[in-house]
Amino acid sequence: MTRAPDGKAAGFALLLVVAGSAWAQAAAPAADGALTALIRWAPLIGQGFVLNVLISVIAMAVGTLLGLFLGLGQVAPSRWVARPAVAATQFFRNAPWLVLLFYCIFILPFRITLFGTTVDVPNWLRATAGLTLPVMANVSEIVRGAVQSVPSGQWEGAASLALSRRKTLWLVILPQCLKRMLPPWMNLYAILLMSTPLASIVGVEEALTMTRNALGAERRSELLIPFYGALLVAFFCACWPIALATRRLEAYAARERTG
Amino acid sequence: MDLIESLFRGLNESAGINLTILYDPFDRARFWAGFLMTVYLAATSVVASVMLGVLGAAAQKSPVAPLRWLTDGYVAFFRNTPPLVQMYFFFFGLGSITPTVPDDLGFPTPLIGNVAWAIVALALFAGAFNVEIFRSGIEAVPQGTAEAATALGLSRLQSYRLVVLPLAFRICLPALNNNLVNLVKTTTLAYAIGVPEMLYVSNQIWSDALNVPEMMTTLLILYIGLVTLLVWAMHRWERAMRLPGFGER
Repeated sequence: MTRAPDGKAAGFALLLVVAGSAWAQAAAPAADGALTALIRWAPLIGQGFVLNVLISVIAMAVGTLLGLFLGLGQVAPSRWVARPAVAATQFFRNAPWLVLLFYCIFILPFRITLFGTTVDVPNWLRATAGLTLPVMANVSEIVRGAVQSVPSGQWEGAASLALSRRKTLWLVILPQCLKRMLPPWMNLYAILLMSTPLASIVGVEEALTMTRNALGAERRSELLIPFYGALLVAFFCACWPIALATRRLEAYAARERTG
Repeated sequence: MDLIESLFRGLNESAGINLTILYDPFDRARFWAGFLMTVYLAATSVVASVMLGVLGAAAQKSPVAPLRWLTDGYVAFFRNTPPLVQMYFFFFGLGSITPTVPDDLGFPTPLIGNVAWAIVALALFAGAFNVEIFRSGIEAVPQGTAEAATALGLSRLQSYRLVVLPLAFRICLPALNNNLVNLVKTTTLAYAIGVPEMLYVSNQIWSDALNVPEMMTTLLILYIGLVTLLVWAMHRWERAMRLPGFGER
């Protein structure tokens, strides 16, 4: 049902930000303009952005793996498996991401001793663990929804072929789920990427921290709008294509269903 | 009250579980204030974002093309950028160019404080999602219903307000529910711009009393309690407003 979003909208949004920074630049009495300052700091902020992407990729990979098993646990026939899995999913889905992040930053050890060697756990890795928890819970829900949306005839068919429950899941049900899970999974990745700046609150040196540092070094209030605006545009450029691809996939799936 | 205080004081001495908010009057007062601030942030931004959603969905159907582009641009931009950066952009960026007024001591203070900016940022972020949600709800209302309203002599605005919107609202309640739960969770971001909400005061308390695990657990339980309360209320509402002839049962 969703109408394809036109490029005009995105263009308009970008135009607003560019006009805003141009205005700030015109209003600036300082030696160099906002754009020059932005270009000077771009490599440093870019480094921070790489960390954002790294955190999101690790959290997504680990969260997906854990969430897959948690989701299968939710649909397990045994009550002793299903109930705790449902409870864990609901708990981590309903807790604010920032609170989970704080939880992991404070509760996880900052140093681990394994077989006599002491390893420091960097801040960003603990933040990644904090973001993994809500990803896990959301993937768990995606998996549950997809498994339950497969027609029961598929289960019966697999049973008539004498497949065990495990084989039914891995060979019959999950392959059919993949297509249904892909759009919400991509949507979740975009949400995760947009949540990585939360790590700056707990002191991880990602793009938002770097932007704040750059602004602190410049000490010019007219740079605030262009710098934060540019950071918004950078995230927009990363997340917008994902949103577009998700919609296209959803539209494709809807067409396929209706035949 | 004395009983509770002595009970939790004893719990701290015997078991080392230090819940200062239950026996220290100062901590209790500021934690209660933080809780109320979270509820206030959530309530105001929920109302504002729902209003934004209704207005935005109407603007997307407007015959004026620039208004449609503006709405589409707003939705696309706010849905695809991090809410925390949005909040920084509003509070530090736009806050730097808004006028200031002298306070009691003569220091310049911004006309729009951090609480107001937090509400603006939260409402705009959630509002962008609400526009899409209401749009899908409106599109799900059969065309014939709107035509029937026109046939009864209702104007475009009247048929939107009296016929289409009430139906669309019922159709999109589950999606709206989901987004509002997200919004309540997102109020924690106001922490970053110094709004004294529940997470912020908890941070102050655990800095003073060094009781991080206790406060973190309290926070998680309270947030999940708030969300559960909202979900429960919305589900009741959903059931009360259910359309006969739609969905199962």
